[in-house]
Order: sequence, then structure tokens, then C-alpha cells
Amino acid sequence: MGRREELVAKIKELMLQPERIRNMGIAAHIDHGKTTLSDNLLAGAGMISEELAGKQLVLDFDEQEQARGITINSANVSMVHNYEGREYLINLIDTPGHVDFGGDVTRAMRAIDGAIIVVDAVEGVMPQTETVLRQALREYVKPVLFINKVDRLIKELKLTPQQMQERFVKIITDVNRLIRKFAPEEFKDKWVVSVTDGSVAFGSAYYNWALSVPYMKKTGVSFKDIIDLTNAGDLKTLRKKAPLHVVVLDMVVKHLPNPIEAQKYRIPHLWRGEIESEVGKAMINCDPNGKMVMVVTKIIIDRHAGEVATGRVWSGTVKTGQEVHIISAKRKARIQQVGIYMGPERVNMEAVPAGNIVAVTGLRDAIAGETVAEEPIEPFEALHYTSEPVVTVAIEAKSVKDLPRLIEALRQLAKEDPTLNVKIDEETGQHLLSGMGELHLEVKLYKLKEDWGIDVDVSEPIVVYRESITKVSPIVEGKSPNKHNRFYVVVEPMPDNIYQAIREGEIPEGRPKNSKEVAKKLAELGMNYDIARGIVDVYRGNMFLDNTKGIQYLNEVMDLLIDGFHQAMDEGPLAKEPVMKVIVRLVDAKIHEDNVHRGPAQIYPAIRTAIHCAMMKAGPVLYEPYQKVIINVPYDYMGSVSREMSQRRGQLLDMKQEGEVMTIISKAPVAEMFGFAGAIRGATSGRALWSTEHAGFEKVPNELAVNIIRQIRQRKGLDPTPPTEKDVCPQF
Amino acid sequence: MAIYFIGLGLYDEKDITLKGLEIAKKCDLVFAEFYTSLLAGTTIEKIQKLIGKPIKLLNREDVELNFEKIVLKEAKEKDVAFLTAGDPMVATTHNDLRIRAKQMGIESYVVHAPSIYSAISITGLHIYKFGKSATVAYPEKNWFPTSHYDVIRENKERGLHTLLFLDIKAEKGKYMTANEAMEILLQVEDMKKQKVFTLETLVVVLARAGSLNPTLKAGFVKDMLKEDFGKQPHVLIVPGKLHIVEAEYLVEFADAPKEILKWA
Repeated sequence: MGRREELVAKIKELMLQPERIRNMGIAAHIDHGKTTLSDNLLAGAGMISEELAGKQLVLDFDEQEQARGITINSANVSMVHNYEGREYLINLIDTPGHVDFGGDVTRAMRAIDGAIIVVDAVEGVMPQTETVLRQALREYVKPVLFINKVDRLIKELKLTPQQMQERFVKIITDVNRLIRKFAPEEFKDKWVVSVTDGSVAFGSAYYNWALSVPYMKKTGVSFKDIIDLTNAGDLKTLRKKAPLHVVVLDMVVKHLPNPIEAQKYRIPHLWRGEIESEVGKAMINCDPNGKMVMVVTKIIIDRHAGEVATGRVWSGTVKTGQEVHIISAKRKARIQQVGIYMGPERVNMEAVPAGNIVAVTGLRDAIAGETVAEEPIEPFEALHYTSEPVVTVAIEAKSVKDLPRLIEALRQLAKEDPTLNVKIDEETGQHLLSGMGELHLEVKLYKLKEDWGIDVDVSEPIVVYRESITKVSPIVEGKSPNKHNRFYVVVEPMPDNIYQAIREGEIPEGRPKNSKEVAKKLAELGMNYDIARGIVDVYRGNMFLDNTKGIQYLNEVMDLLIDGFHQAMDEGPLAKEPVMKVIVRLVDAKIHEDNVHRGPAQIYPAIRTAIHCAMMKAGPVLYEPYQKVIINVPYDYMGSVSREMSQRRGQLLDMKQEGEVMTIISKAPVAEMFGFAGAIRGATSGRALWSTEHAGFEKVPNELAVNIIRQIRQRKGLDPTPPTEKDVCPQF
Repeated sequence: MAIYFIGLGLYDEKDITLKGLEIAKKCDLVFAEFYTSLLAGTTIEKIQKLIGKPIKLLNREDVELNFEKIVLKEAKEKDVAFLTAGDPMVATTHNDLRIRAKQMGIESYVVHAPSIYSAISITGLHIYKFGKSATVAYPEKNWFPTSHYDVIRENKERGLHTLLFLDIKAEKGKYMTANEAMEILLQVEDMKKQKVFTLETLVVVLARAGSLNPTLKAGFVKDMLKEDFGKQPHVLIVPGKLHIVEAEYLVEFADAPKEILKWA
């Protein structure tokens, strides 16, 4: 039996024993060394050769990822690790660190039970460390800590062991503060990490070594040995004495939960269905003989196999030829191939049981986040996305022959990545692609060219603004075209804390399953309970409430009212930009007796006009997206950086100095940040290291707003004059 | 000047009343809409020929959104006729048009014509005993109305008959058949399971009311599903408690199964 066959055989055996499985991920701030860590773990576990690791970033198997040096797509790998005489199957999902890809990170978190949080020993806890840690904890993913790049403390900063220790303590304290802040109530104390119990390891992913207290005790290797070997440059011995994969994977096996443990507390929080039902129990118990349920976390296109959906199996067993329901799409499908990952490779299996990360083909209608099950069940809660599209480009196929393929390609891209917003216009052939940043879109365009071979003309990036309101409107009437249906609405600005609760997923988007529970939460946040009880829908950070009483047939038009509410929120009254932070309250309605007189053609315009007219009477405003910009730069270039930021309507938030290096944190409108990469490189002779983060929306200054509205309207082929109340409100 | 809402009746151009015809002939402008109902036995050309004037045809949007601009503006200066199938004010949409005319200070008149509401008397079901009517609509995305089912139930509980209109999608040339309507009602029955409309329910179908050879047929849903009632328009009636004469009439004129005589 060759080495590969041997491995496959081992994995086959272990995947049947959930207590020997760990599903985990690695999450970190950009450039803190996550990909290097992943690769060297793989190499150590014998999944790729040691010589290759560190040179060839295996998880970055998209050529594009290698070129950019950051991991863009989550890929999955399975590896085998021996801990205290027993073998374990470790499923590793690589999660991207760049904030533009926040959606991928969140989806990956759904599939895993634990995560290694990687923190650069030199830089310490960074803003995205906080973001990814928060995402992990919200999905009930247990963290352990790896402090990376310790070699730099030794060689570059030449810290004494005492100073090093102080630094570690600070990082651990910072991480634990975040864990206490974001962890679910019951785990706030249980999940803090500690050096002594071994839930913290430190080392150098690049030089392939790591240490933890349990390992030091067991082997007698001391920190002094490490310092000496590092200074002597004897990397080979170093790697032998304190092998990275052993120390880190020991930590994973010991401190991260197996699927049986994890599903007990994760399922009740991630799944909204009846826990006491047969399928609920099967999931809680990770029962391979129960009805099959899995959640798709990622879809990639394989050049040979086609569409491959990767996901976590919660209960039952995924089998070749199995007929399954794709829950939200309300479709049926037949599973073709079933497999698990080893590096970039998929290995086909006949069946993969509960507790594993599986790769399947045949689920044509599934998108990332979708629930797939043997029988129709309540779908898993929608995944939370912390970022929303803020930048759009218009694209057109260069060659007429690519027209139909481009549409297919765009549909596919949208399916792979729900945070990508695609608007297809078959008539004009000009399609709109909206994403979470300039880089996010560049990556997708690159995919179009590389994976699909389609050349496109791309417009300058366009900022996606938001429309909102500043005060409460009076009661406004909207009539259906036949005038027989009338809806009376009030719109109100949404308080910040409620908006935050929606963004954080505390108040889920969509129609609440249990409106009483949501109403209670809203009441805690300060909303009148009697009003909050009317909650019927939450959409893109807006809310629709039914505050009417006893209106006959209202339930029969409610779906249409909600659709109409969505339409009104997708395209606001000022410039047809998305609406945010608006509460729409239906306070009264008159409805025709017969149902053909209250169909979609009547109800949509009635509710849409009512909402838009009310918004025009409620001090409508335009919001623009902001980015937080974090720049590390040598002290000498401070002036150039400040100049660059102030030219872009930037505001300085914070400044820190560490040795010669300044960290400048500021925020600026996305509209001003296009082309920043080139500009900052020029201004600092390439010495600046920088990253950005979505920083919410702020009101566009009045003196700019009118002009921006005109520009947007013109671009969309509307009359450029900003509309007034009279233009939006019905005449009679 | 004034607007005349003139009914065209049920089936062909000859269903208009003599009064309606004379007025239409005298009007300066003639408009018509056919999206609320279908005159199966005639064409717009035949009506134009009869009246001796061109007719301007209005679609739903013209009527609902632009009636002021297109029709009422003219009615300020001229006499205008607005032709509709059936009896004008029976289609509730037209009530609002008359209100709008009044609010603009325009005189309006209504000229009646045969309506499905009187034509159903051909079924022999007593007009006194009809309850609320309802429409069976083509379901759309996020819209599967089921209140017609509730109407049938409420009427039945009180022993009343239910007249069901069948949906029209004029712009797509779709006119629902009684067979389609029964299929939809059976789907609703599947969802609600209140035994209001089952394969064993007695129904009456009236097709092409107003013509000299309408189809009138009564039977159980399971048998009626297989019947071909000929061209649309169709209406579907779900009888309530039958009076003995109603039952006798249905057996004689609508081929109803004889066993219904025992129910009455």
C-alpha cells in the first residue's frame, strides 16, 4: 500500500468515529501567518512534503491567491494526527483573513467547532483579530491561541525572555478580554485561553516550530533551548525538538471539542427547528443513523467535477445516489459524488457520516449557506454577514459571442459567494456586480477571465450609497391603482442600538419565527412592546411592523406587502439606492372583498408608494459607506500619509508608535478611497503596510449630497433632478 | 357634458340595450375596456360597425392610472361613452371611475345591460339563495389566495350558493376554465382540509352565458373535472342546500345526477 492509500484508509476509518474528529479553522488578521501555519501543519501531518511547505502555499491553490499572497477562498483539508497513542482526523477549513472576504469567513465558521486564533507576536491583537474572533464566538466556535512569529522577537527585536513574557501576557490578556466580551454567556469563563493548560501555544509557523507548557513539561524542551537554537541558526534541530504540527495539533485535539460534544450546544443555537423532534435529536447526538442533514458552507467550481459543494454533516450519512431536499430553494436533487478533502485534492468515498466535512457534487440548486436534508426540515438560521456590498462595477462582455456565457458565469459567481450581488440585465448586456470592496470585485473579475475565459469591459467602480430618514413621518396613505385597497403607513428612523442588533444577528433578518421573542428583544432595546409585537419582517437593516388590528384579508395580502416593502427598500425614493435604518409601520388598511382586486399588480404599487411618500415626508438623507484604514509606516513618512488621508476626506482616529513604526488609524469615505493602493505606495516609497475594514455608513455632507444624487440618477437613466415630495407622493 | 357608462351585456354585440346603442351612437367619443370581462361572441370591429364609430380600447393601466387624462378630460367638453362588458357598475373597478368623474364635476349616467349576476338564474338556482361571490385567481409568485375557499365554506354553512368568477389575464389571452378552477380549489382543499371542496362536491358550470347555446352542466367534481365545457367564459357555482325545484331543474337542464333529488 502506498503512502497515499494508507492515508486514505486511515481517514476512512476515523471518519466513522466522531469522538476522533476535530473540525477546525484558522482565523487571523491579514499577514499574521495563517496560511503558512496551515501549510506547515499539513506538511507535518504528512499530507504534503516538508520541503514544499513554506515555499508552496498549498491551501492557496488558486493561482490568484498565491499571486496576492493572501488566502481568498476557503478550502478544506483532512489530516491525521497521533495524540497520546491515538489517531485523530482533523478537518481543517482555511478561512480568508482579508476583510473584503468577510462572507467567506462567516460561512466557514458554520462548519467548524473550534478555531486556532493566530496573533502576530510583533503586532499583537489587531482589528481583524477582533472581527474574526467575534465571528467565531457568535457561531459557538471555541478558540485556542497561537502566538506566531516569535522568531522575530528573538532575532529582530532582540527581546529578553522577560520582555517576551510580558508581550505574551499582554496578547493573552487582550484575547481573553475579547473572548469574555463576545463569547456566549455560558462559555464566557470556560473558553478563556491559558498558558498553563496548554490552550495557548507560541512559535514560528515559518520556521516550523512551536512550544506549549504541556509540551515543555512532557519533553523537557525549554524556552531557552529555543532562543539558543534560533540565535545559532540551527533550524533543523529546532524543528526536531519542537515540531510545529505536534504542538499545535496536540492543542487542537486536547482543547477543541469533537462533533459529539460541540453539536450538543451548537445545534440549539444554530438551528431554529424543534429540538425535541426526531431530526433535532439526531443532530444534537451527531447520529450517523438519523436522517441526513448538512449545511453547505462553500461552493467551488472544479474544472473536472463541476460544481462541488462543501459542507458540514450534522446528522445521518451522506451517500452517493441519495435523494435530498435543498431546503430554501425548495428543490430536490440527487447526490452524485461524495468525498472529503486532502489538501487541494478530493478523495471520493461511498458515504460520509455525521460530524465530518464533506464535499459533494450534484446539488445544482444549492448556494453557500443552504441546508440540504433527506427530508424537508426547518432550514438552519441564515448566516450573518458583517459586511454588505458597498462598491459596484458595471461590466460588459468584450465579444458578442460571450454574452450568454457571461450571464451563466455571473449566476455561478453569485451562487458561490452570497456576499456578491449580481444584477443581470439581459436586454442591455450591461451587468452590475456589487461587492464588499474594490479588491473583492477585482478577484471576481479575475475569476471571470481565468476560470471562464471571458474578457469584459469594466466601468470605474461606483460607490453604493444608502438612503434613510431623519424624523418620524405623518400617517401617509397609499392607494392601489384600482383605488380599492389603501394602506396607511408611518416611517421612523431606526435607533442605532436596534440597527446594531440586526447587524449582529441578534435580531435575525427575514420573517421572525417567533415574533414574541423578537418583540421582547426590541422592547429591551427601548421599543414600545405593543408596537414591537407587530414585527413581520426585517430586511437589509430595515423593519416592517403590522400595527393594525382585526383587518379582514390582511393576512392574505401580507406576503405581497412584504414583497412590496422589499422593493421599496431595495430602491429608495431619492436615487433608487438601497434603504437602511428605516422602520415601516402599517397602521391601517382598507382591502377589497374579492381577491382578484387585491393581487400583486394592485398591492405592490400601493405599499411602495405609501412607504416612499412617507420617507419623503421624514427628512430623507443619503448615507455613504466608510472604511477604516489602518496604516503601518516608518516615522519619516507620517506627513505623507496624513496628507494622503486628508485629501480623501479622511479623519484621524488613532496613532500609535512602536519603535520606528507608526500605526495610523483613520477613516474615510469609500468614494474617496479608489486608487488608494497606488497613491499610498507612491507617497511612502512602498514602505506602508495597510489594511482596511468596513466602518459603517455616515450621512453625506449636505453640500455634496445634491450633486451625488444627480450623478446617481443620471447614471441610472433617471431624470437627474433630485425628486421632491410632490414627485413621489400620489396626486389623488 | 357627460360620461355614459354603457353595458355591453354578456356574449355578443347584440346584448347591448337599445337605449345603450342609441346613446353610444350620439356620443362624440367612444371608449371601451375588456380586461375585466370577455365578450366571447363578438369582436371590437363588429361593435364599431354597429355603433358606426371608432372605439378607443383602454387597457388596465389606462383605466386605473390615466382615466382622468384619457377619458375624463374629454368628457368635460364632449359627450363620452365608456363601454364595458356586462352591467357597468357590477365590476367594482368602475365605481371608482364614477367617483372620479363626480369629483371633477362631470355628469355621469349608467345604462344597464345583462349581467352574469342575473344570467346565473338560468341554472335554476334561486337568486335569493346566493351568498357572497368570489374569484378564483391564477396563483402568482408569493400569492396564492385562498379566501374563495373560505367564502364557499361560510356560504355553505348558511345553506347558500356560491358564484365563483374565474380569473382573466387579458394581456396574456388567458381565461380560466372551470376545470382549472376546480383543480385550484382541490389544491386549497389539500392545504386546509376542511372538506369544503372535494371530489364529491356538487358543482354547476355555466359556460358562455348570454349566448343562445350556453353549456349548463351539474355534477360531482370527480366527474366534472373530465368534462369539456367548450369555449370560455366559464363560471363555477357551488350550490348550498337545494330546494326541491332547484334539484328538479338541475336534473332536467343540467344533467345533474338523479340522486340529488333525494337531498332536497
